[in-house]
Amino acid sequence: MTAVNGKGSAISLPISIRNVTKTYGTFTALDNVSLEIASGEFITLLGPSGSGKTTLLMVLAGFIRPASGEVRFGDRDVSLLPPHKRDVGMVFQNYALFPHMTVAGNVGYPLRLRGVAKSEIADRVQKVLALVQLGELGTRNIDQLSGGQRQRVALARAIVFEPRILLMDEPLSALDKKLREQMQIEVRHLHQRLGMTTVYVTHDQREALTMSDRVAVIDKGRFHQIGSPRDVYERPESRFIAEFIGESHLVAVSMRGGTAHYRDRPLQLAEPPRHPSGQQFLVMRPEKLKLLTGGEDGLNVFEGTAREIVYQGESTLLYVDLPDDVEVAIRQPATNVGPALPAPGTPVRLGLPAGDTMLVPAERAP
Amino acid sequence: MTTTSLADEVGRRDHAAWKAPNEAAYRRRERSETTVLAALAVPGLLLIGAIALTPIAWLFWLSFRSGSDFTFEHYERLLHPTYTLTLQTTFELSFLVTAICIALGYPLAYLISQVRPRLAGFLLLLVLFPVWTSLLVRCYAWLVLLQRRGVVNSWLQDMGLIDAPLRLMHNFTGTTIGMVHIMLPFMVLPLYATMRSLNRDYMRAAANLGASPVKAFWGVFVPLSFPGLFAGIIIVFVLCLGFYVTPALLGGGRVMMWSMQIERNVTYHSDWGAASALGVVLLAMTLAILWGVGRLIGFDRIVGGR
Repeated sequence: MTAVNGKGSAISLPISIRNVTKTYGTFTALDNVSLEIASGEFITLLGPSGSGKTTLLMVLAGFIRPASGEVRFGDRDVSLLPPHKRDVGMVFQNYALFPHMTVAGNVGYPLRLRGVAKSEIADRVQKVLALVQLGELGTRNIDQLSGGQRQRVALARAIVFEPRILLMDEPLSALDKKLREQMQIEVRHLHQRLGMTTVYVTHDQREALTMSDRVAVIDKGRFHQIGSPRDVYERPESRFIAEFIGESHLVAVSMRGGTAHYRDRPLQLAEPPRHPSGQQFLVMRPEKLKLLTGGEDGLNVFEGTAREIVYQGESTLLYVDLPDDVEVAIRQPATNVGPALPAPGTPVRLGLPAGDTMLVPAERAP
Repeated sequence: MTTTSLADEVGRRDHAAWKAPNEAAYRRRERSETTVLAALAVPGLLLIGAIALTPIAWLFWLSFRSGSDFTFEHYERLLHPTYTLTLQTTFELSFLVTAICIALGYPLAYLISQVRPRLAGFLLLLVLFPVWTSLLVRCYAWLVLLQRRGVVNSWLQDMGLIDAPLRLMHNFTGTTIGMVHIMLPFMVLPLYATMRSLNRDYMRAAANLGASPVKAFWGVFVPLSFPGLFAGIIIVFVLCLGFYVTPALLGGGRVMMWSMQIERNVTYHSDWGAASALGVVLLAMTLAILWGVGRLIGFDRIVGGR
């Protein structure tokens, strides 16, 4: 589950977060949080705003002192170490590039602070600027750069002193969608090449799934699920995860005799329910549902009424009303073959293969 | 990002042979809006003309008159040592007061910018409080404090720091103390405004990159506060150049400022020509300094554009 870079701890360090709590008055930003991050791993802290993800990153950087708990980089307890002695790179959400320095001045700043020789600074700055594809822009002022270029300068400045840990606080959120997706891949490649342990904070679940070795979903100061992107998407452990990651609609099912029933019909499940008692929900992802035309076998069938068709370019969403005020959606790829979508108001039958079923409990498992 | 104004749109259409039927209507609307906006500025422009430009023009005219003749004699007189010495005193005092205001104001502004908002508001109130009190009252208050048997001297004597009372007023020292007191808010306010608006991520970034708090302060915070510092320096220095009340009271006639020479020419000699020439020179010097500094660091930075 963890990706350890082959080059070992010379270029990266494991991070150990143990029982960290941070409160502001009566508000608990971090509630007894523990997390082990492997050396060289790319882990994403994913959560809605106010979930505590940035607070945890600030604790790692040393800007926020927790009320209790311990942070270790490798063997070293850094809990009380001030930020400037932690030797971690950080990319800020607003980049925090110094406007009174040029691009090269910004990138060279951490090297100047470390007393690196002038000629070597110029050399290393040039190399790292080339790495982020800004080789020609060293003499520019910060206000002459586009948003994407600033992002690259911030990245270059954070890695130029070869930190073994890199922290990133929603670094791509200010970019437009196309550039953001391009940068996601670039940051990922950079990580594969340099191999430092990377903690990445985002509220964008797609970004988290795209970039990470592991995703740690956080809400209200606690981790709800930690796992590979495929894990958290395909096997959500709670209703919150199922709803927060990806598109999904939940259908209440009743548990009887150890199996789940929908409207008194037993469901065919991929695996027996993990929590055989209590209220359970079936997770309906739009891309997993099939529009049925005949009497297909081996599927869980849901009957409802087509309500609305939303054209989205590469695919089309059809919203379907199931009985008991339950809404689901089904996604049809934009091909010109396959059944036409039913007109709103007409009855439809939806099928969910047993292999694509997921049950989640109403509340988070204790 | 490109923005297209109505005027651009209309202009582009002009190049094409095709004319939209409503084009003239758009242009008429554009013109009438411009006219209305210009008309709104008229009262303001008239007021500035009446209360600022006309007196200056009159001053300028007077400075070249002797009786009914055109003359340079008022300017030639300014080369006399009396005036060059006054000019020297004026600049010395202005430099000194500005320097002390930086030394006292910068740490103060830094403190106010770093504390919690409520405390900052209270401290700002303390800074502003003197500004709301009469200038004259404050100068007389300093006279009371600084005189031979005043509070300051008796304290210093009681603490055994001095044997005989210091001469703290009716000299350069007293004038400096009084002027620093008057000018300090004008240094603190622009500095505070700039410091407060600095995103604290800059300091966090500096620390993260390995800068100790001292290095981050000198390498990042201070340079980023320059716009406020320059604004403060300009305001204080220019106000000092033309300052009258405090040097007149606390200098006791021994510290001759340029403004006092103006007053002397008017009240003692009723020589409006000479006084006007002095005024014109002061104005020219002030404008020259503003222009020079503006050329050096960009005027938009002084007035806080960036």
